[in-house]
Amino acid sequence: MNDAMLKVESLSAWYGAARILYDLSFEVGRGEVVALMGRNGAGKSTTMRAIMGMIGQRQGTVTFSGEDISRLEPYQIARRGLGFTPEDRRIFSDLTVMENLDIGRQPARQFPDGAPAPSWTPERLFALFPNLAEMPHRPGGRMSGGEQQMLTVARTLMGNPLLVLLDEPSEGVAPLIVEQMANTIIELKKEGLSILLSEQNIHFAELVSDRVYVLEKGQIQWQGTMAQLSGSPEIQRTYLTV
Amino acid sequence: MTLNAFLFQVLNGLSAASGLFLIAAGLSLIFGVTRIVNLAHGSLYMLGTYIAYSFATKIGGVTGFWGGIIATALIVGLIGALIEIVLLRRIYRAPELFQLLATFALVLVINDAALWLWGPADLLGPRAPGFRGAIEILGRRLPSYDLFLIVIGPLVLLALHLTLARTRFGRLIRAATQDREMVGALGVNQAVLFTSVFALGALLAGLGGALQIAREPANLATDLIALGDAFVVVVVGGMGSIPGAYLAAVIIAEVKALCVGIGVVDFGFITINFSKFTLVAEFLVMAIVLIARPYGLLGKAQGAVRSIAEPEEPLRPATPMLKLLGATVLVLLVCLPLLAQSTYFGSPYLLVLGIDVLIAIIFAASLHFIMGPGGMHSFGHAAYFGLGAYGAALLVKWLGLPFGAALVAAPLLALCGALLFGWFAVRLSGVYLAMLTLAFAQIVWAAVFQWEGFTGGSNGVIGVWPPPPFDKTWVYFLLTLALAAIAVLALRRFLFAPFGYAMRAGRDSPLRAEAIGIDVKRVHWLGFAIAGLVCGIAGGLFAFAKGSISPETIHINRSIDGLVMVLLGGVQTLTGPIVGASVFAVLQDTVMRQTEYWRALMGAIILVLVLAFPQGIVGAFAALWRKVGGRT
Amino acid sequence: MSASDSSVLELRGLTKSFGGVHAVRDVSLKIGKGEFLAMIGPNGAGKSTCFNMINGQLAPDSGQILCEGKNIAGLAPRDIWRLGVGRTFQVAATFGSMTVIENVQTALISHARETYRLWRPAASRHRARALDLLRQVNMQGAADRPSRELAYGDVKRVELAIALANDPKLLLMDEPTAGMGAGERHGLIELVKRLVVERGISVLFTEHSMDVVFAFADRIVVLARGRLIADGDATAIRDNEQVREVYFGTGKTFARAPA
Repeated sequence: MNDAMLKVESLSAWYGAARILYDLSFEVGRGEVVALMGRNGAGKSTTMRAIMGMIGQRQGTVTFSGEDISRLEPYQIARRGLGFTPEDRRIFSDLTVMENLDIGRQPARQFPDGAPAPSWTPERLFALFPNLAEMPHRPGGRMSGGEQQMLTVARTLMGNPLLVLLDEPSEGVAPLIVEQMANTIIELKKEGLSILLSEQNIHFAELVSDRVYVLEKGQIQWQGTMAQLSGSPEIQRTYLTV
Repeated sequence: MTLNAFLFQVLNGLSAASGLFLIAAGLSLIFGVTRIVNLAHGSLYMLGTYIAYSFATKIGGVTGFWGGIIATALIVGLIGALIEIVLLRRIYRAPELFQLLATFALVLVINDAALWLWGPADLLGPRAPGFRGAIEILGRRLPSYDLFLIVIGPLVLLALHLTLARTRFGRLIRAATQDREMVGALGVNQAVLFTSVFALGALLAGLGGALQIAREPANLATDLIALGDAFVVVVVGGMGSIPGAYLAAVIIAEVKALCVGIGVVDFGFITINFSKFTLVAEFLVMAIVLIARPYGLLGKAQGAVRSIAEPEEPLRPATPMLKLLGATVLVLLVCLPLLAQSTYFGSPYLLVLGIDVLIAIIFAASLHFIMGPGGMHSFGHAAYFGLGAYGAALLVKWLGLPFGAALVAAPLLALCGALLFGWFAVRLSGVYLAMLTLAFAQIVWAAVFQWEGFTGGSNGVIGVWPPPPFDKTWVYFLLTLALAAIAVLALRRFLFAPFGYAMRAGRDSPLRAEAIGIDVKRVHWLGFAIAGLVCGIAGGLFAFAKGSISPETIHINRSIDGLVMVLLGGVQTLTGPIVGASVFAVLQDTVMRQTEYWRALMGAIILVLVLAFPQGIVGAFAALWRKVGGRT
Repeated sequence: MSASDSSVLELRGLTKSFGGVHAVRDVSLKIGKGEFLAMIGPNGAGKSTCFNMINGQLAPDSGQILCEGKNIAGLAPRDIWRLGVGRTFQVAATFGSMTVIENVQTALISHARETYRLWRPAASRHRARALDLLRQVNMQGAADRPSRELAYGDVKRVELAIALANDPKLLLMDEPTAGMGAGERHGLIELVKRLVVERGISVLFTEHSMDVVFAFADRIVVLARGRLIADGDATAIRDNEQVREVYFGTGKTFARAPA
């Protein structure tokens, strides 16, 4: 792997007295799609929230495109080009599709080496998500779960991120939508974006990811390439099923 | 009333509506984004009247008046920003009710600051330069300044609407109203957004206050009156809806104006002075609207607000340690009359204070019963205190009922009130429930205040002393102690019984509770009734302890005192309200005697407690205990 | 009631619209005793609306919901529960301020119609029966832990124990495995299936995990845009062209060609 976009070193996090993460260390390279896999409660969402600075009690170092972001506020982290798409979508239901997109809007930015990052406009996003193009003025609250899932990704892309944290994009949506989501991730990768994906659906992860970290009880239990995981039913059995 | 007179009153109402709208719009905006019910909003409005008065009189002329109004709005906006940065920012993560405490402390502090700066007298500002005259309309003379005010309201409404709908700032406000954390994760600096929203809300309140100086004098009572009005308007219009706030402001102002316009009407068998109904009218409108439309005229059902408060621990039976502590305290209290007589540090005042504290404990424990385990945040618990107190006093006065019977009748009357009001209240939740309970309490208060012939009006009922042997303070103290102990233990017992579990189930997850056959509304209704009943005991005891009862003792202040007591002790613990009530009652009785500025001192104490004990006193000790226990 | 003799639940022409938009249109189906029936379909197809009508959260605009021949359309959720219809929610809901066993006890207390008792402590009531229910979902070890501390998969199990407290004839499960890992999903559904067989309960569940649906459902119904577009066993549904088009897609994001 060449230059790491995101580097996490001994990240720990607590909710109240309960420790959720134990010294996690991992990296996401530029243009790479990395999957965090593991059961519910393994700490995938918490890892993402901790990286975004959304958990008060955390320790460890998070470096993003060469800068230490471990002490920054969520909005400061977002402004450095780290996008976050939460598992529960969190669409602003009173706002229309266009207004939701506008909330996510940030100026165009560059990679550390000066290359321009992919930049997004509503028009480009509507090309990527044709469903959304049909309903630019529909309030978020009146969209189906699948449409909301697309909108939440599109809203994050409006910030012209260098890397996106994508929390369980296949959760709770129909297989057809899951397939579209996989195609979207492949498109984004082609654009040069890095993606850290949290996922439980191995079939989905197989379609899009380069590498995998398997999380269990807040610790990394296994890491390797997606091909290694796909090729080894034994590893899958050990870490991904009860 | 002729048609012309009627239309003239309509115009009058419209000009009053503008003022109501300005303050309500700010309150609504602030609540929407920060989820803080800013009890100090009326105080910001009051500051607006005083500051604008100073500009208008010290500088004078067109600059002093009109420039002063603009400067006042900006200054109050700035004060709002400061309040947000210095205080509120520290408590966004505290339980929502705790934030109420903090803003209530501000009410006390700002009120005394105004007293110190401007003195206790009413201050009437000059007439507005350029709008000194009056215009002949419908055969009457309407001050031209009123016409100016009529125009101001819709103008501000339009400006706010355009800001919210068309600008990025407005979209951010609307987005943050729903999910502030997500807005932050999308790269928006929430701190700046919160401060600017709070400043904007404060600015509107300041502007509303400043515009009033040409009509009404600046007055120290304005803060709570304006706050009450603003609440009613916001709730009637629908939380978060700015057009709703204007609509509601117009309706309320019109109803009030018409009450004044109708004046005294002789129905033959009864003469009613409608102009005195203005107090009750707005709360009646609110109650009717909330019953018909639980989320206000233009409001929408609030989505589940992301709770960031600490979840509650399961109820555990009292530990031997707690039982021992309780028994010890009880024994000490039983011995208190002996202690009071001792020459060394005894004082008869000790028993009077003891009675006050015990009554406060019954009051707070009954409120906690519905607030904590029931999750119903009543802002009008004074109503049941009042029904108990007035019920007992009036039964003695008019029917000559004996002491014992009156003391029994007090809780029963309170129960009737709680059954009636509670039936409506449990149909709502959250802020709406709080406001409806407040409305009912205000109706009780206004009825007592204005029904002079029966209740003695503002003078109240006097001369209701208990007969021997209860006329001796120590006997009355022991009676109060016995009733307090019974009340507290019974409420506790109910909470551990199936009924208490059902009540908590309905609070934790109404959907799940209904899905296992629990009639949540009915359970909460009965909980509400039990709380009213027990609160009535406190009211009855209070009337005989003081020998009198007056409207001010059952005013909104008492409801808020109750909230402060419960939150001070910690709403998530069963012993919290007892400790909170004791601390509060003692503070009130001691601090009040020390200084003219007791409000500010009280406010400062509350602020310190809020910042130092965000889980309440008992909650903080419990957490400390767990920590110490966990280490050993 | 001849037609519904063998069925625990029957929907006849169930219809519901919100503000002119048809959420559910003329849906009719039957669930037989002991049947494990999956309801699938795209997001927004009307599955949750259907569920909410069956358990009483919503009243249908028209149509009948027959529970063992008795029309229950429009009854309150608590009354439908008393008729023996249990429910679990998409986002598992337990009483967070109670311990695990108290959650189950509260349901048992309600079942025994003891909700309004004010005096004797609840903690001692039905404890043995509650423990037994927890044992059936393998949660007896966590009986006295606060339920809010549980991992999500365990919350789902507790919810199941709560739903079983009134010996239901029919269990409605809205996305029972949402938010669970692949292994956990199978574990939970296997458990449900076992209980269903042991107790002869019928289950209607919605699910997006096709692996689970194909592996466990006796029968599958497909909803799209509020209408029932297919009803049959796994093979029939998998081969259904229309279902493929509106819901499955190519199928590469779930099970590798279920047998």
